[in-house]
Amino acid sequence: MYKQCKNLETGVISDCVKRIADNAFIPFDPANTDYQAYLKWVADGNTPESAE
Amino acid sequence: MSITYGGDTITDSNGGVLRPISSVMRNRIINGAMVIDQRNAGASVTGNAGVYSLDRWGNFGTQTGKYTTQQNAGSVTPPVGFTNYLGVTSSSAYSVVASDYFAPFQCIEGYNIADLNFGTANAKTVTLSFWVRSSLTGTFGGAFCNIDFTRSYPFTYTISSANTWEQKSVTIVGDTTGTWNTTNGRGLFVQFGIGVGSTYSGTAGSWASAYYASATGATSVVGTNGATFYITGVQLEVGSSATGYEYRQYGQELALCQRYFEICNLTYTTYANGSNNVYAAYPFKVQKRATPTMTNQGTSYGGYTITSLTLNSGAPDFSDNFSNVFQSVSSGGVNGAGMSRYATLLTASSEL
Repeated sequence: MYKQCKNLETGVISDCVKRIADNAFIPFDPANTDYQAYLKWVADGNTPESAE
Repeated sequence: MSITYGGDTITDSNGGVLRPISSVMRNRIINGAMVIDQRNAGASVTGNAGVYSLDRWGNFGTQTGKYTTQQNAGSVTPPVGFTNYLGVTSSSAYSVVASDYFAPFQCIEGYNIADLNFGTANAKTVTLSFWVRSSLTGTFGGAFCNIDFTRSYPFTYTISSANTWEQKSVTIVGDTTGTWNTTNGRGLFVQFGIGVGSTYSGTAGSWASAYYASATGATSVVGTNGATFYITGVQLEVGSSATGYEYRQYGQELALCQRYFEICNLTYTTYANGSNNVYAAYPFKVQKRATPTMTNQGTSYGGYTITSLTLNSGAPDFSDNFSNVFQSVSSGGVNGAGMSRYATLLTASSEL
């Protein structure tokens, strides 16, 4: 499960997602293996929760 | 006597191959002596999929809770020349099914295997050597595989005596086909099977176009409650025979590990302005392999609990070199409260 992040200053959705299980912030870097796992999760039909 | 240099070897006039005693990056394995344990500092962790125990050593597992892994588990004397080892202990007597695989592994970055020329006609022969000790005896297995798990080379080795350190070596002819990454992504997986079902077990001694975690018929450590599997001195090098373990200075080994994982002790002060958000920049000690995943470990200082962490957006603010982070604190941003000091522990992971 993942959640969108947003910039606290600007309120803009950030280029990362939060992995809810351990509150890890995962950047949208194609070389990041956590991001690769996130993309697979999305490809499987899942959608991240909206940022607060 | 004449000496001829030819590629990776130096040959004398009698045809004898002179092997260098040491060279730069002879051992492609990082933390093969199991010295660095940034995440757990010697504590035991469950060897579930995605869990890293010692630095650079991850775990493949299709079920949870079947084994624990820990630096120096069981506190046995390491083999001569080593002070640490990676210890696996089976948590139950689990009978693996065909689709199961349990395997501690290390993935070598593509940059560090580029010269092996895997995937080409010039692929080099490599040798894996290691010290191993188990409460079980028999044929054990492991496997190499590539970035997308489409090429594998299962191998076997024999443990003859229970609870005795034995040194093993396995020589692998380089793969001349398949896709092999040579940049900052996954290069070569080195896996030690400790319980692998038939689907992911292959014939030892040859490359196959499939994913295998071990060799057919290998012993299952997770199949015996309390069984142990200890390993250290892991080395992967070019050539058809193993040479002595390439020791590195502690600081050098730590820095190599920090390319993939780093603990960031972040201390900063902020002037209270009515907001409970604080901001800090953290330059990493070592440039990361890729933009890392960052996790707030939740520690705090100055009487205020860190309640959340948000990373700034955009590559310049969150890169392989540094991160700019915002954090929310439960209080402390009251106007007129003066300077507030915070400390927090973050981890940055760009493991493979």
